[in-house]
Amino acid sequence: MNPTTLLSVNGLRVAFAGREVVHGVSFDIRAGEKLALVGESGSGKTITALSLLGLAQGAHVSGKADFASSAGPLDLLAAPERQLRGIRGQDIAMVFQEPMTALNPVFTIGAQIAEVLEEKQGLAPAESAQAAINLIAETGMDDPQRRAKAYPHQLSGGQRQRAMIAMALACAPKLLLADEPTTALDVSVRQQILDLLTDLQRRKGMAVLLITHDLHLVRKFADRVAVMELGVIVEQDAVAAVFARPQHAYTRQLLDSLPVRDVRAPALDAPVLLEAQGIRVEYPIPKPGLRGWFSSGRFVGLQSADFRLHRGETVGVVGESGSGKSSLALAALGLVRHDGVVRVGGASWSGRATSDLSLRKQVQVVFQDPFSSLSPRLTVEELVGEGLDVHMPALSRGERQARVMQVLEVVGMGQAQFPGILQRYPHQFSGGQRQRLAIARALVLEPAVLVLDEPTSALDVTMAQQVLRLLQRLQHERGLAYLLITHDVAIVKAMAHRVLVMQSGEIVESGELDAVFDTPSHPYTRKLLAASL
Amino acid sequence: MLPSTNPGPALRAWRRFRRNRVGFASLLIFCVLVLISLGAELVSNDKPLVVVYQGSIYWPMVRDYPETTFGGDFATPTDYLDPFIQQKLAEPGNWAVFAPNRYGPKTLNYFATAPNPAPPSAANWLGTDDRGRDLLAQLIYGFRVSVLFALALTATGVLLGIATGAIQGFFAGKTDLVFQRFIEIWSSMPELYLLIIFSALFAPSVGLLLVLLSLFGWMGLSDYVRAEFLRNRQLDYVRAARALGVSSRVIITRHILPNSLTPVVTFLPFRMSGAILALTSLDFLGLGVPPGTPSLGELLSQGKNNIDAWWISLSTFGVLVITLLLLTQMGDALRDALDPRKQDA
Repeated sequence: MNPTTLLSVNGLRVAFAGREVVHGVSFDIRAGEKLALVGESGSGKTITALSLLGLAQGAHVSGKADFASSAGPLDLLAAPERQLRGIRGQDIAMVFQEPMTALNPVFTIGAQIAEVLEEKQGLAPAESAQAAINLIAETGMDDPQRRAKAYPHQLSGGQRQRAMIAMALACAPKLLLADEPTTALDVSVRQQILDLLTDLQRRKGMAVLLITHDLHLVRKFADRVAVMELGVIVEQDAVAAVFARPQHAYTRQLLDSLPVRDVRAPALDAPVLLEAQGIRVEYPIPKPGLRGWFSSGRFVGLQSADFRLHRGETVGVVGESGSGKSSLALAALGLVRHDGVVRVGGASWSGRATSDLSLRKQVQVVFQDPFSSLSPRLTVEELVGEGLDVHMPALSRGERQARVMQVLEVVGMGQAQFPGILQRYPHQFSGGQRQRLAIARALVLEPAVLVLDEPTSALDVTMAQQVLRLLQRLQHERGLAYLLITHDVAIVKAMAHRVLVMQSGEIVESGELDAVFDTPSHPYTRKLLAASL
Repeated sequence: MLPSTNPGPALRAWRRFRRNRVGFASLLIFCVLVLISLGAELVSNDKPLVVVYQGSIYWPMVRDYPETTFGGDFATPTDYLDPFIQQKLAEPGNWAVFAPNRYGPKTLNYFATAPNPAPPSAANWLGTDDRGRDLLAQLIYGFRVSVLFALALTATGVLLGIATGAIQGFFAGKTDLVFQRFIEIWSSMPELYLLIIFSALFAPSVGLLLVLLSLFGWMGLSDYVRAEFLRNRQLDYVRAARALGVSSRVIITRHILPNSLTPVVTFLPFRMSGAILALTSLDFLGLGVPPGTPSLGELLSQGKNNIDAWWISLSTFGVLVITLLLLTQMGDALRDALDPRKQDA
């Protein structure tokens, strides 16, 4: 083992209940090095990291992982649990994807960081409390004294992730395992967290193993990259080399998966299909104390929003979570009570089920998460054909089935590739296939407008790519109009004709795609663009 | 394409359940026991199924015949345990087919030789209780009453629980608030006192008991169904259905309900065992089924009063333990089968 090598993993295999998911993975991390482990979901990258710390529950792990711990060299995979417990947090620390669930909601973050210090370094309570405040200060949070007394829910996503990092750094570990540390965060915050990690890594001289599906992140952050596919590392080299000359087909596929723009300008006389004027959406929020018994407060989710959507046109709506994008989508669909006017082909939502029915046929929706948007207990035929039951109850069983088959064919899920697809259930399909089914369900009524609420953000890059291409093709063939809601500027660039930029419930900037993105006038737009480059 | 290659969630759960041997065996044994007890009249009866006496065929199980039919002196219904009748039936040319256990639930053997309660013997396989009724017959019929009662109580509880839970969870807001307060008030009513009061006011009957227990038995389940509805109503597939214009009724029955039934199904066996236990304890206290109805609780109370007649308490205890154990094992297997984290290999 090279003296500068911190961790050397050799032939790591992980199996669950007899099924192997990681097939002999080998890599080295030198002290102070930043290695990125890249792959799509299910490629085994998280399991690899967890099994190094003995945290993969119920897994059968074999291979070697020589680690230069502070107490001398040690094989992590052979070490007894007691020894591993000493390593965790002390020599190797971990940062998880979702800081809301990784932090304990009933303790303040100061107390949680102090706990690590008391446990691992034997500090006295007063010392550890002060040390916790120092650590919080180091992660760049303002007013660390006060932040230390905050509970996780009182912090923003970025602050929570900073707290997680502070906790991980409590014992000055030699190696930090960062499992998708920015995926759950808003785009503009991602950059800050990444900068923080880079800065801390440099100052403390620790090694970082970054686990991610985001190549963009890798290029910015890592020294070396290992690309993982189906439990095997297919390519491993310096970042510059991999990006310049990808050797493996899978790496090339990942690199190519930035969405490609393929849109046609809508006809000049294209009719307006969806029009919104001054829409405002409010939500009740509970008031504290006794007053909450008698009245509730108002939270304005969206105000004075105007837009028009023509036939064959895509309007992209960008903004962070909580900016009112989803309220806009729900108002356009007539699914939420709103002030102002939303007109669908001339008629506006009335709030009465019977009179809204003909509008529903024209505006359909595709949601973000194809796992929660398809009822798990219905077959594909029932799922896709549901709209026909409502809007065309006169169809015979055969006609109904024919229409379902036809629309499945359109989204590329025909009988040929998937025999017996009509009787299958959603769980038998992958995320991308499920999203196609969701699109088929929306298309079966032949709507004029599709509201796409983050249609690809729950999918792996290659899948997302396919879904976007499908949507582009459908627009060309059918002149569909899309209201595309997303936080991902790259997707808007690939798909949209016009853009709305939203912040805190308001449209802060709107206009033609090029105009907005080339010469952004609002500071928030500039921030979004900077974060996504 | 074969349907078995596209199993729905229910079918997959059933396969996982079948893979749990203990649970599946428990289900089979329990079903066999229930079937036997449903045909208890053929298993344990003081009347023969068929009698051939002097060339003519009689069906005592279906019709009552006076003793004079078989050469007796009185016009009263025949007592087939009477040694005289038995002797008559044993004469050449006559024969009779008896149930394996020759006692009904209320049969008193006036011709018994041992004092009551009598220990197990060739005549009474598990002995008799302190009134001279055969214990095995009591257990078989008592088991039947318990299981049927538990099924009925579970059914009413589940239906009420699903209905109330669905209303609260789907409409949420004010409806939910009012209903929740009502449940809080309703659940603080002293159930046992009410039972005592009602058993003083009305003639006790199984039906009355069922109504009273049902009034209070739905609340626990209702909370679970409500929580499931609250969770599912805001999932995207419900929103997608709304966007399609599907009516509330269809959304509830077709989308939310099937996805909210996991706690209901998981708790079914546990609710059954709870209901059996509830009936048994009420019977033990004398607040349960009317006197004379075979019941496990009443037998337990007899066992307590005749502590030296070990066969009463021991066999009743055995039946209860086996029943509850089978139900619990089924419940465990069902819970595992419906666990969303368990995927089939």
